[in-house]
Formats: sequence, C-alpha cells, structure tokens
Amino acid sequence: MTKVCIVFDRLRSEEKMLQKEASDLGYDTSMLDAKITQINTDSKKEDFDLGDVVLERCVSYFRGLHFTSSLEFMDVTAINKYDVANICGNKMIMTLCLKKNNVPTPKTYFSFSSESAFENLEKVGYPLVIKPLIGSWGRGVMPLKDKDSAEAVMEIRDINDGPHDRIYYLQELIQRPPRDIRVITIGDEPVAAMYRKSLEGFKTNIALGADPEICEITKEMEDIAIKASKAVGGGILGIDMMEDEKQGLVVHEVNNTVEFKGLARVAKRNIPKAMVEYAISCIRK
Amino acid sequence: MNCPECDATLNIPDDASVGEIISCPDCGADFEIASKDGANVQLKQAESVGEDWGE
Repeated sequence: MTKVCIVFDRLRSEEKMLQKEASDLGYDTSMLDAKITQINTDSKKEDFDLGDVVLERCVSYFRGLHFTSSLEFMDVTAINKYDVANICGNKMIMTLCLKKNNVPTPKTYFSFSSESAFENLEKVGYPLVIKPLIGSWGRGVMPLKDKDSAEAVMEIRDINDGPHDRIYYLQELIQRPPRDIRVITIGDEPVAAMYRKSLEGFKTNIALGADPEICEITKEMEDIAIKASKAVGGGILGIDMMEDEKQGLVVHEVNNTVEFKGLARVAKRNIPKAMVEYAISCIRK
Repeated sequence: MNCPECDATLNIPDDASVGEIISCPDCGADFEIASKDGANVQLKQAESVGEDWGE
C-alpha cells in the first residue's frame, strides 16, 4: 500500500491533520522525528520508514533543509524539494528569483556591510524596511524611519555579527491597507487565501497575533501566485502579497513549510487533503 | 504525571502523540513527549524557539 511519511521536529496540529487526511484517503502513514534520526553516507531509503513520499514539515528551517538534502541523497521524493526550500529560506535569494521571473515584488536593496547599507539608506531616503535574510514569524523585521533608528539597528547587527548579519536586505515600505494576503499554492494551484490583518504596527504575521480572514482568490491573485510558485520551483507554498496603492499586488515572501492551521478551519477546500493528494501525485511512477 | 520542573500536575491528553509539546499550566515550562506507551509517558525538555523557526 502507498505510504506517506511526515517528517517533523515539533508535532503541531498541521502535521496531525496531514496524517489524518492521508489515513482517511486510505494511505499508510509514518511519522519521523528528524531530531532523533541518524543518517550516514551509506544510508539507504530502506533503512528508514520513509514510505513512497515524504512531506518535510520541520519547524526549524535549517534542520528541514539539510534533512531534505539527505532524503534526496537517498532518492526519496520529498516535498518541498531541497532547491525550493533553499530559495524560499533566504529572503535575498527568493527576492532575486521572483524579480528574475517577472513576479511583481517590492523594490529591495542589498548591501554587504553596515557602512554600505547606511550609505544606501541616506541615498534612497527613509523609510526602508530591514529584514533578516533568514528568519520567520516577522522576527527582526522593522521599518527604519530615520537616521537614529537605522544607526541603532546597524549597531546591533555589528555586535551580533552572525554569518548573515553583514548582508543587509532593505525593502521599500509599501503603502497598503493594514493587512496582507496569504495564498496557499499546491502544485502551482492556488487552493485557499486569507487576509492577515495587523493588530497594531505594520507586521501581519499570524504568529504575532494577526487576525486571519478568508479571502476570495481573484484572477490577479491567482495569476501572480502561480507565477511566484513556478519561479521558486513549485511544491506546497505560502505566497504572501501586499496590496500596493501604486503597483497593485506585490509578492514579498514565498514560504516553504507553510502553516495552515487557521486557514484550514475556514477554507472551502480541504487544505491538508489537497496537500496529501499532491504528494501522492509526485510519487515517481 | 507531574511537571519535572515544578511538580504541578500535567494534563496529557489520551490522544497526544510522540513529538507533541506539553506545557505546564503552573510554571509554563514546555516538554516534548519522547515516548508514549498507554499511560506510560516519557517527557524531555522541549527545544527552545530557534532563530530559524517558522515559515
């Protein structure tokens, strides 16, 4: 019987929903905790209970990325693919990929030292939004509204001096309603969308308490979501868009391990079921 | 089962699975279910939120 494996590092309701839907569809399931799985250069897929296809669902980006590389080394079909995770996990690579593929995206500036980032800010003008290259749930995303706030953020970056802290990602501040749009795509098909309304400030991350509300997928949203999905290599994705007053919809982020707990409760489509069905369709014949 | 941190009573649902996080209602500590065999549940300290966590 066909088996779906769900790789996790923290079992959330999303992973349990996927397991339930796979079982309800009549497939065997296995749950594999990446934290306690040991892989080596002689490992074969038969050494693990990986089934016919793996849904990689680690909450830790780097753990999921490297685990996926191991899966692909063992010729296991993994969703999403390593290349997709690699693009989506790094905001600079993702933004370049979107722009290269003519997906509307906010104008973004890249600098490779704090001095250069500061010089760019002074040249372009305030405000710009600084975002860490790697990171989620809106952490470290903040508008630099003036010279003082920019200097403070640069100083913190210089003190932290992590491997990605010397690469500066500064994005135009989009004039938009206090919300953004999350479209979930499965195999390049938009299946559900929601508005994420900020409670205060400009962040609209659900993890920070933003209020989700179902959103009808317009033709424009559909076209842009499909284009963004194809640009990063497809799979199961969360495409985040903003409604720019001047440019229309712009994609500011494509998420690799999409969270769907809130949207699943209100969406017309059964999201975890659609994800499992897509995974099954990816099994190499 | 009691909280390894503060000894408060932990409520572990019957349908909880290995890998799920249990939070202590008193001290707020998070524990991960390491193994579960009927009512015999083993807990371990849950990982703290990492910089690379999330979507």
